[in-house]
Amino acid sequence: MRPIESFELPSPSKVNYLIAVYGLKSWLLTKDHKRIALLYLGSITFFFFVGGIYALMIRLELLTPQGDFLASTTYNKVFTQHGIIMVFFFLIPSIPATLGNFLIPMMIGAKDLAFPRINLLSWYIYLLGGIVTIYALLAGGVDTGWTFYTPFSTTFSNSYVVATGLGIFINGFSSILTGLNFIVTIHTMRAPGMTWFRMPLFIWSHYATSLIMILGTPVIAITVLLVAFERVAGVGIFNPKLGGDPILFQHMFWFYSHPAVYIMVLPGMGVISELIANFSRKNIFGYSFVAFSSLAIAVFGFLVWGHHMFVTPQSVYAGMIFSFLSFAVAIPSAIKVFNWTATLYKSSISYDTPMLYALGFIGLFTIGGMTGLFLAALAVDVHVSDTYFVVAHFHYIMVGGTLMAYLGGLHYWWPKITGRLYPEGWGRFSALVIFVGFNLTFLPQFVAGYLGMPRRYHAYPPEFQVFNVLSTAGASILGFGMLIPAIYFVWSMRYGRHAEANPWHLPGLEWRTQSPPPTENFETTPIVTWDAYEFAPPEETEVVGTLRGEYDRA
Amino acid sequence: MIESHAATPEIHGHPALQHHFENMEQQREAGTLGMWIFLVTEIMFFGGMFLAYTLYRTLYPEAFASASNHLDITLGAVNTGVLILSSFTMAMAVYFTQTGKSRPQVLCLILTLILGLTFLGIKAVEYHQKYTDRLIPGKLIPGAEFTTDPHAVHLLEGATLKQVEMFYYIYFAMTGMHALHMIIGAGLLLYLIIFSLKGRFDPEYHSPVEVIGLYWHFVDIVWIFLFPLLYLLGRHLEHH
Amino acid sequence: MQSWIPLIPDSASSVSWKVDALFFYLSGITLFFTLLISGTLIFFVIRYRRRTPYEIPRPVAGSHKLETVWTVIPFIIAMTIFMWGVFVFFEQYKPPTNAIEVYVVGKQWMWKLQHATGQREINELHVPVGRKVKLIMTSEDVIHDFFVPAFRTKADVVPGRYTTMWFEATKAGQYHLFCAEYCGMNHSGMTGSVIVMEPRDFDNWLSGNTGNMTPATAGQQLYQTLGCASCHGANGEGGRGPALTGTFGSQVSLANGGAVIADEAYLRESIINPQAKIVTGFGPIMPTFQGQVSEDQLMQLVAYIKSLHVGGQQTPVTAASPSPARAVTAPSPTRNAR
Repeated sequence: MRPIESFELPSPSKVNYLIAVYGLKSWLLTKDHKRIALLYLGSITFFFFVGGIYALMIRLELLTPQGDFLASTTYNKVFTQHGIIMVFFFLIPSIPATLGNFLIPMMIGAKDLAFPRINLLSWYIYLLGGIVTIYALLAGGVDTGWTFYTPFSTTFSNSYVVATGLGIFINGFSSILTGLNFIVTIHTMRAPGMTWFRMPLFIWSHYATSLIMILGTPVIAITVLLVAFERVAGVGIFNPKLGGDPILFQHMFWFYSHPAVYIMVLPGMGVISELIANFSRKNIFGYSFVAFSSLAIAVFGFLVWGHHMFVTPQSVYAGMIFSFLSFAVAIPSAIKVFNWTATLYKSSISYDTPMLYALGFIGLFTIGGMTGLFLAALAVDVHVSDTYFVVAHFHYIMVGGTLMAYLGGLHYWWPKITGRLYPEGWGRFSALVIFVGFNLTFLPQFVAGYLGMPRRYHAYPPEFQVFNVLSTAGASILGFGMLIPAIYFVWSMRYGRHAEANPWHLPGLEWRTQSPPPTENFETTPIVTWDAYEFAPPEETEVVGTLRGEYDRA
Repeated sequence: MIESHAATPEIHGHPALQHHFENMEQQREAGTLGMWIFLVTEIMFFGGMFLAYTLYRTLYPEAFASASNHLDITLGAVNTGVLILSSFTMAMAVYFTQTGKSRPQVLCLILTLILGLTFLGIKAVEYHQKYTDRLIPGKLIPGAEFTTDPHAVHLLEGATLKQVEMFYYIYFAMTGMHALHMIIGAGLLLYLIIFSLKGRFDPEYHSPVEVIGLYWHFVDIVWIFLFPLLYLLGRHLEHH
Repeated sequence: MQSWIPLIPDSASSVSWKVDALFFYLSGITLFFTLLISGTLIFFVIRYRRRTPYEIPRPVAGSHKLETVWTVIPFIIAMTIFMWGVFVFFEQYKPPTNAIEVYVVGKQWMWKLQHATGQREINELHVPVGRKVKLIMTSEDVIHDFFVPAFRTKADVVPGRYTTMWFEATKAGQYHLFCAEYCGMNHSGMTGSVIVMEPRDFDNWLSGNTGNMTPATAGQQLYQTLGCASCHGANGEGGRGPALTGTFGSQVSLANGGAVIADEAYLRESIINPQAKIVTGFGPIMPTFQGQVSEDQLMQLVAYIKSLHVGGQQTPVTAASPSPARAVTAPSPTRNAR
């Protein structure tokens, strides 16, 4: 039976989730996962721009070797807050809370997540954490670095450590509840016939991400709480003058914060699987290997935290073990990159904006991942630890990786979410500008780092200036490139062409309902009898088929 | 082949069925799995403090034994018994709900709440003792800083007052966090009692009772770890 | 950069070129795989571009053989990098024998250094070419990090404990010293220089900078003024407290049945937290000196105790020549002293 024959797509005049109910209360008290996803989209975008402004200030300061643009105390707050906002309020929630929330129920054929009210609660918790943090920033800011190392953060910093810590603590619960919701949904609410191995890889990635969210986030919660206690109570487990151990903090902090980077990148990898398969019209090569590699990354990711501590008084033998495991965790990521590339072999590749972002991701993630090997290698890490080499490495993964995937996913599913098409020409143009600007920003930083430029430096020796100037030039291009989608996405919501139910002609479940979807997602619960990314039924796999009209009935 | 809403009478049957679930079975399964996952996060949360405890006990064994001996073992043991009993009454409440016996169900819930509040009351007494003994660490209570009197606690050989202060910091962090969870649990029990009296739960729909029962048992188990680790260290040394 | 290879810093220590070699190996592998993947992508994207709007390519199931190949080969490559890294790392952190010792105290926002021969420096470290130099470091406040890019080595400087690092400079010159662990307002200003001199120039520098007491001599004075002699004897021969002569580097039996190697950290700890490790046969009667001595003074006391030999002789400390061999058991290769 053809996968799509059993469907009658509803007529386009039906009510959709955006207009089903009107009024502010219907949005602020919604239980619809799609509306909640949009609520997150708005707040996450806001925090992204706040973090981006901090980035701009950093790059402006670093144009010249002297500290002449900002006072050093201000600069210290700026880079701290850039890190906190970007990590906790943008990167960690970005893909799961917007795309994940919107798509997971649709991709498995469910009407909503398992706990819709908890979903809404998680957004309010996110907002509360954000408000507390913004209060701390406005009241005077925090200057400990996003890593809050003790005893500086517990005893020496005169900034709003407790308030910021509280904001992060609260925000953590948003993450935990989201992960909990996803795991339960994926386990218990798949439509009939949707077995684990028929699920899109986007779901597998989010499942693995959710495992990390629920296991890791509580540890940062208690760690940040203990730092706050210590500041308030004047006694503690991290202050050597009181019998405590500052290195204990680093162990506890990195036990979460390393898996956190996998929270940030795994959803992006899930998006890339979708983009590669759907824009080349071919099933992902090695589906089960990609699926299991997500789980492997989640598990191994918990075992490598000590690689952030090679230059601390951590034992050399512990260092060896962490180094070995850090190489091991790189392998599943490499497997994914090879599988994505192999998918494109003898496929049918379109040059649409989402595919451009996916291709950019693969190249940049490869560079980012391989520079991670430099850091896993003990001897090299000793030299480049705490230099711009590290900064460049993680920005390649976070921006070149996660942000590209996020943008690609936003463009891909934009028609489904809003019922409008974004302007394709501008999409491709901005993708290229972002790619060029990004590389110009961060490639010179690898060089500056190996040459010895330390990170978190407000002023630096003049021989590093040329790299910083290149980097700031790149940042301006990158910033400009990112403004363009911000503008045309907003423009498209009012003036964009209306999208049909399946504008890309794809077999995924989310495309088998109208754009935008009705509140309950599907008219009737689908029964799934086909694999993910099945573009043509099995009996026709000998011959290259044609799609004409297949997925277009609307 | 297409499933239709009208096919299953259950769907329109139970008033407690949420619209996004297909049937009560799915709803119950989701709720229970959700609570188990939440309890896993709680284990990780308490885990950080258990790590700190383990580290500092290894570093300062004599100080930890001295401070532990100074805790009131009678009150601690009574509290342990109270909590274990409360877990039993909670389990009975779940059983009675499943079997539709609403009077015993409400009775057991009320008993559980009373036992929980008893625990909290005894804890308050203990905390007050620490306050009068000036054993609250650091500057937590302004005006009642940690004592500097080396005879406040009988120090075993090798222990210092500073290390004893570290023990009490960890003691308050762990039992305080535990007490906070008990208070939340008490609130949840109150909700269960009120809605049980309204007849909300029956053999078809009782997952809130089950799920809150799970939470209660978890809080009990945390205490069962805390009690020996905090109260029973080096007790054999007392009888030299 | 005066380096003959652009884009990498000066190579000025015995370990620099080893780190660079591994770096180049990693760079080569990275370049290879980046070109491989991006080249393949570009080729596929052009060769297999969509030609008609509705075409569907033939699906491919996957290949266990290919998966195995591209799992095993990267793993093997990763293991070569790992092993190479371990070998060089052990060399970076193996504590040297016969090293010149320098005591370093990091504080917000400066470096205070004192050679074992007495010379004090602020934000500068003069060392000779071709001699191993061991830094024994602690912080007075927050965590700092002593980073010399030209030597390809760094180590965190942590309050409450000693950390050590070593290097052997191979080329005369002046090299950057950076603090590489964020430490507050003037973190970027906590910089300085390591000045490597030819041995004769270094000797000249040393003799031009006398007048400072050696740390050991200063420690001896402290030993008297703080009253250590009343329990440990006028020359460390012992009494109510354990003898200190010959203690450093030896194994000490503890009252609770254990044993420790008496390194710098043990000596420091025993002064500020004497109850932590009580020597067998002695009571817990030593008072703590925490708050009465600064980190500099602790280092001086440690230096003095290190110099005490059985028989009451002190090791004379001379310039630029290796100290006479002692019967010291080499500590195990831990990164630092706790």
